[in-house]
Amino acid sequence: MRNTFRGGVHPEGHKELSRELPLKLFDPKGEMVFPLQQHIGKPAKPIVKKNDPVLVGQRIAEADGFVSAHIVSSCSGTVKAIEKRRILTGALMECIVIENDGAFTPVEGMGQKRDASGLSREELLRCIQDAGIVGLGGAGFPTHVKLSPKDPAAIRYLIANGAECEPYLTCNDQLMRTRAKEIVEGLVLTLSLFPNAEAVICVEDNKPEAIEAMRAAAEGHARTKVLPMKTKYPQGGERSLIKAVAGVDFPISRLPADVGCVVCNVGTLYAIERAVVYGEPLFSQCFTLTGEAVAHPGNYIVRDGTSFAELLEAAGGLKEGVTLKKALVGGPMMGIAIGSLDVPIQKQNNGLTLLPEDPVELAEKRQTACLHCGRCTTVCPVGLSPQVMSDAALAGDYERYEKKLHGLECVQCGSCTFACPAKRPLMQTFKQAKAEIMANKRKEGGAKK
Amino acid sequence: MVILITTLVIAVIGVIVGYGLVYTGKKFHVEVDEREAAVREKLPGNNCGGCGFAGCDALAAAIVSGKAQVNACPVGGAAVAEEIGKIMGVSAGAVERKVAFVRCKGSCEVTHNQGNYVGVRDCRSAALAGIPVTDCDYGCLGLGTCQQVCPEKAISVVDGVAAVNPRKCVGCGLCVKACPRGLIELVPESQKVLVQCRNRDRGPAVKKVCSAGCIGCSLCVKQCEVGAMEFDGSLAHVDPEKCVQCGKCAAKCPVKVITGADLAQKETA
Repeated sequence: MRNTFRGGVHPEGHKELSRELPLKLFDPKGEMVFPLQQHIGKPAKPIVKKNDPVLVGQRIAEADGFVSAHIVSSCSGTVKAIEKRRILTGALMECIVIENDGAFTPVEGMGQKRDASGLSREELLRCIQDAGIVGLGGAGFPTHVKLSPKDPAAIRYLIANGAECEPYLTCNDQLMRTRAKEIVEGLVLTLSLFPNAEAVICVEDNKPEAIEAMRAAAEGHARTKVLPMKTKYPQGGERSLIKAVAGVDFPISRLPADVGCVVCNVGTLYAIERAVVYGEPLFSQCFTLTGEAVAHPGNYIVRDGTSFAELLEAAGGLKEGVTLKKALVGGPMMGIAIGSLDVPIQKQNNGLTLLPEDPVELAEKRQTACLHCGRCTTVCPVGLSPQVMSDAALAGDYERYEKKLHGLECVQCGSCTFACPAKRPLMQTFKQAKAEIMANKRKEGGAKK
Repeated sequence: MVILITTLVIAVIGVIVGYGLVYTGKKFHVEVDEREAAVREKLPGNNCGGCGFAGCDALAAAIVSGKAQVNACPVGGAAVAEEIGKIMGVSAGAVERKVAFVRCKGSCEVTHNQGNYVGVRDCRSAALAGIPVTDCDYGCLGLGTCQQVCPEKAISVVDGVAAVNPRKCVGCGLCVKACPRGLIELVPESQKVLVQCRNRDRGPAVKKVCSAGCIGCSLCVKQCEVGAMEFDGSLAHVDPEKCVQCGKCAAKCPVKVITGADLAQKETA
């Protein structure tokens, strides 16, 4: 049996749009916007004032507490304002706005290679924390927190996530092909934090070039191997990977570290290498601009704070005669639909998919009652029964949803919704039910206090 | 002889079991408020859930424990309320009926649809999705979640904004809980002077997104003679306890966001 998990779906990849296109650095013009929260945890606190000059790589906002991350400027120029701006989730958030001078002058000493082999555990973690690195797989969890489990010796697997199972996205594929050495370097540095761990680089087998490149780079390194994965969505999910590599299932109340696993995206490992070896904090990441509505799809290294609209325009805009119906940050399965393209790219974003058709709109038109075919149950990677959960959630029976059906275990991968022949909005229902249950719990907790 | 022994054995078992029952009855005795049974008696008993509780039993328990008003049963109406009031020792008339009120006037004419939200037609989903349905961050999303949860069909979404029919509303408060924007509040039925906006932004920001929103000019506060207008810097709110319903604030409001302007006209006429 090939390395994989139970369930899952096979959406059309659409990766051919951009998979062969090399990563290009994109330098934006005009103002750059840096939201103060681009990670899970507390928002950062600004440490610059209006009219302050800033350079590339300069820290402009400081982490507030341990579970938080620094924000770094990706351009040189002057701080224009610190004000509320709309970000991609549609909310208003405090942002630092920098007028970009277009010179991209770096701070002194950035980019100079240094020997990182002698660094101690604390120095290494400090280095990662100082660079403001967050998980680049999408969630944006601060990496230094993830790499500091209670018992580092209990970690058995350090998993490098290069699965990139999300349709359309190809930037990690390109990153692995062209920067395999650097990724492995970052992996080896991270591995030194866990004395008993084995590093496993997981790549889906629809990326043979990337597997080859990673194999070549990983050769000769102790405790490191490349593991091709079956191409299936959501293979790149943290829990799916752990199931495939370590063979364990675990409830959502526990962290991967509790079962001896740490999962890092390959982009994150690349960022760790840049930070530790070159002293370059996280202010840019790989990014795929793709979708049938885009005239010239491509893979980019984008700077944080660039507006999606500017990147699209510079890349040649939309295809002629095509109206944009759906804009997604990320891919179509897990991506966030956005209402306006004029919002800044954040650290954890790895793609923009623009579609000429709105799949949700099409699905809504064809929605029927549940056929009880059970396909959703077959594909659920967690092993839940979405059909029954949906009934409970729609009836507002949250107790049954939570206690009997274990609805909080849902990872919101959307496989059930994808597989549903009746086009029912299952995942959306669960998302809402989960949010409401969590809100009720907070309320109860608050009342008890 | 055999008959005698059998009778004796049965009699002894009977006595033991009898004492056992008496003992467990005493030990596990649950104090039931007799008022609860009496209240339950007066309720119609069709378990419709219109009151917002799980059924008539649950409502009876809630009334006795003070979690619900004596007039909470929408089906029984005033007659039942009065009888329950007698049991509870409160006069039903003293508790004024409350009705839901939507604090938004953002119809399609005055504010515009900004995002292209498609998906589950539920305000709670839309609020989660984050795509702004309207320009205003505070306003009614108009997808009708309140309409769906209303057991009395008293709410309808007209022109992109929810409106309550006060005659049908039973004040159960389900819509108050359901609204993700927290726009609905329960107000006394007779209260006619109310601010139809919840936008806490400053004037220019409000003007940009909605021509009917409260701009925080505080003219109403200056008008009010009884200090019933609460003002937190950018949003006015009427305190029904203090308001005498003269309607002067509504008449002066430059954006006509306060209801009850006709009251002032009547007075002058």
